[in-house]
This record gives sequence, structure tokens and C-alpha cells, in this order.
Amino acid sequence: MAIASAFPKVHMDPESAPRSPELVEHLFRHESGRMLAGLLRILGLQNFDLAEDIVQDALVRALETWRFGRVPENPAAWLMLTARNRAIDVVRRERSARRFAPDIGFQLDSEWTLVPTLDELLLDSEIRDDQLRMMFSCCHPRLAREVQMALILKILCGFGTAEIARAFLTENGAMEKRIARGKDALRETGTLYEIGSDAAIRDRLDAVLATLYLLFNEGYHGGHAELPIREELCSEAMRLLSMLLDHRAAAPPRAVALLALMCFHAARLRARADDAGCLVLLRAQERGLWDRSLIRRGVELLERAAEGDQISEFHLEAAIAAKHSLAARYEETDWRGIVLLYDLLLAVKPTPIVALNRAIAVGQVDGPEVALAALLAIPQGGLAGYPFFAAALGEMYRRAGRPKEAVEQYRSAIAQARSPAEAELFRQQLASCH
Amino acid sequence: MADYLFLFRGGMQHEPGHSPAELQADMQKWMSWIGGISKKGQLKGGQPLENGGKVIAGKKRVVTDGPFAEAKDIVGGYLIVTAKDLTEAYEIAKGCPGPDAGGSVEVRGLAPMPG
Repeated sequence: MAIASAFPKVHMDPESAPRSPELVEHLFRHESGRMLAGLLRILGLQNFDLAEDIVQDALVRALETWRFGRVPENPAAWLMLTARNRAIDVVRRERSARRFAPDIGFQLDSEWTLVPTLDELLLDSEIRDDQLRMMFSCCHPRLAREVQMALILKILCGFGTAEIARAFLTENGAMEKRIARGKDALRETGTLYEIGSDAAIRDRLDAVLATLYLLFNEGYHGGHAELPIREELCSEAMRLLSMLLDHRAAAPPRAVALLALMCFHAARLRARADDAGCLVLLRAQERGLWDRSLIRRGVELLERAAEGDQISEFHLEAAIAAKHSLAARYEETDWRGIVLLYDLLLAVKPTPIVALNRAIAVGQVDGPEVALAALLAIPQGGLAGYPFFAAALGEMYRRAGRPKEAVEQYRSAIAQARSPAEAELFRQQLASCH
Repeated sequence: MADYLFLFRGGMQHEPGHSPAELQADMQKWMSWIGGISKKGQLKGGQPLENGGKVIAGKKRVVTDGPFAEAKDIVGGYLIVTAKDLTEAYEIAKGCPGPDAGGSVEVRGLAPMPG
């Protein structure tokens, strides 16, 4: 006991002893996204590595000090303050050797304005805008969609390169190159995309929405068997889209409808795979596993998206997803309503996949023969190699009492499967033909 | 029961490649380990140390950066833990996640002072 008095600060009565606090899930990942967006605004895109080092330093410093059991009351603010202090040191040390963000360069040069400028630019409201600017910048039309997604996951979501490679089932080295290419392209653009005017937001909003939807689908339909990875991709797409919707000019009804669509899909995510990681079709899903609160949120958003006079593809897809989500049992699904919605969707988005899904819905209303005719009328080119097309044909042949053709289609679906989970699903369907 | 000093060296060998999620997972391991000691009422105190600092040595009281050649030798913090005996203190120290990241824990009994 005696030694305790030699360390006056260490004495803790049992009441105030650390309780093994749990950090908020994804705190480090999300905060590094915020810190990086704010720092890049200040240091400029050309100093990517410097900004990343500062973020890494702040996280390591947090680990060094919080690991003894005491987490600051506001961990996010602690991290941001640590990064800010480090950034001030770095600017002082480097300002003669480097250029920072061109529009504030002279403010960083003077000791009179350095600290106030940083403090102003690192306010929560400013960081929110920086994150949007970054999101818009990552969706530069010159960048391939998979580069856009990798950059978003790396910069805004705080994923490590190896984690992104895993999520996309890619080699580490290939992902490193993809991200490096993206960063180079960002650097070349010089400054972050300016979102100051509504027109600027409108110009690139659809590209951003398309990329976020793709990111979501990567989690929802991607070949990855691991549920946590898929859930993270879906929830990150939803988090970024929600962030976008907080900005008045970036929240037209179609963007709101996209979030509604994501809510309906995400609600079913856990029911889409069984314990063995095998895909479970809508028909066979345990509806009790669906997340009711997400479905409610989807309904609210879809109602909100109804304002305005434009019906986008996202409205229609969300309305279809809503009909599935709100059916108490598969047999009670409003298939007629769904076919009508697909007719409208086909008019604004005449893709083979939409035609395929419409034909499947038609099969529920008018029977397998009509569905077969609809399926065979789809121009084949667009669906070449898409296993769910062959599987849909297989199902309709089976239901139409033509098992031989059904078997043939399921075999070709198995051959085209893009993941073991898909192949297993088609094998089960093949077995049901016998 | 007696008090033991746990001195932590290194264990922060986090290369730039470590992702935020990995760092957070590491943090969670430390906090669960220390939280476990605390829950049993065996934690008397502890604190991280700031980076930097100097060493004063020699008759002339020379101030130097210290004899530390490497990060792994620098003390990053300490705990004071109550345990039945050294064996129990060692067992507790073995649960520390530091050695997984190249760090070490030194366990020393605190000698009672007279009076």
C-alpha cells in the first residue's frame, strides 16, 4: 500500500476504477475518415501521405493512452484534437518545403492565422462538408467505378487496403495499385470537388448515387460468403448516403428513394444466407429474421421520396422492394402490383436484368408458360453468363412440367455460378427437379 | 496479498499498414484485460506515460535523451496490481496483449517501506 502514495496520481478507489469500457463500434474507422477529410482540406490533396500519417499517429496515440482503461468522455473530439495539434506541428515544420491547400496557403504561412484557421476548418460542420467534397471527388467520371469504390472505402470509411482487398475478393497487391492509381488521379485534380452551389452538386450527384448503390450491391449480391464483410459494405453505403441526405441540395427525392431501397434490402440481409453461408431465396427466407425497424425506416423514406413530380428508377425499385418486405408470407406477395411496377421500371431502365426480374414476377401471376415466353423474348446478349437467367429458365421449365429442359438450365447455371454459394443454391434447385 | 508493479515496454510496433479497425481491436484487448483485473478488485492504479522526456545522470547531472536505442525499450506505462504472490502476478501479466505486438511486461514486487 505504501508505494501508492509515491505515485499520487495512480491511486484509484474501487468506485472510479476503469470498468473495461467498450468503444463505439467502428469508432477508429469512422473517425479516421473524418480526420482525413478535414486534414486533406487543409494540407491539400498533394499531401495525402502526410495527412494519412497524422491520422495514424492520432490513432496510435489513443491506443497508447486509452489502453490503460480510461477512455476520454468524447473520444471523437480527443482524436480530432490530437490530429489538430499534430497538424499544427507539421505545418510549422513543413511550410517552407511544401505547399498546402492553395486557397488557404497564406493563412497557414502566418503564425497569426495558422491556429485559428485550423480550428475553423476542423469544426464538425466544416468536416461534414469536407466529407461530401471528398465523396464527390472520389466519384470523378474519369475514374473507373471500382477505383471510386476503393477510394471511398479507404478515405471516407477508414478501411485498410488489405480489408478492402478482402471485401472485393482481390489480391492485396492489385488493390494497393488500384488505390494508388485513384490517389494519383485525385492529386492531379488538385483541389476537392466544390459543392458550394446547387448546380455543382446536381452535376455529379447521379454519379455519386450510382457508386454508393454499387457499393451497397457489392455487399448485398457480392460473392463474399462472410456476413460481417457484406454487412459492413452495405452499412457504409447507407451511412454515406445518409450523410449526403443531410445536405439539402444533395437530397432530391430520388436520393431519398435510394436510401429507402437500401433499407428494404438491408432488412433482409441476415435472412439471405443460412448458417452454412448458402444463399436462401426470398421464397424460403425466414421472415422473422427480417429487420422490422429497417423496413419501417424504408417505408418512411419512401413516403418522403414521394414529394416532387419525378419517378426515378430508385423510386420504382424501392416500391418493389417494399412490396416484398411488407408481405407477411411469400404467398401473400402482391405480384400483380410488382409486375406493374416492373413495367414502369422497364420504361425508365430497359435493361435485361430488369426484364428478367419482371418475367419472374409474371410467372407468379400468369404461370410458367407466359414467364418462359417473356424470358425467351429478352435479348440474350445482355444476360450472357448471368447464372440467374439460366436458373429462372430452369424454374419455369420445372414448373411447366418440362424437367429435362429444367435440368439442362440448372446445369448451365451451376457452370456460370460466380461463387460457391451460388453454385450450391443452383445444385439444390437442380436436385428439386428429380 | 501484496502489490506488484507492471512496467510496459514497447508493444506499440504498429506499422503504417495497421488499419484503424485493427488498432481498435487491439485497444479493446487491452481494455478487456485491464478491465478483468479491475473487476476482481486487483487493480490499484496505473497510467500511461507521455512520449519524450530526458534522463539526468552523472555527477554533473547531464541531461540526455536517455540510453534507449529502440522504441521497444521505452516504458509506455505502468499498473499496480494486487496479487497473492509473484506467481499469481505473473499469471495475470501473461494475459497482457502487449507481447503480441512486440512488447513486454516487467513484473516487480513493491517492497514495503518501513514505518
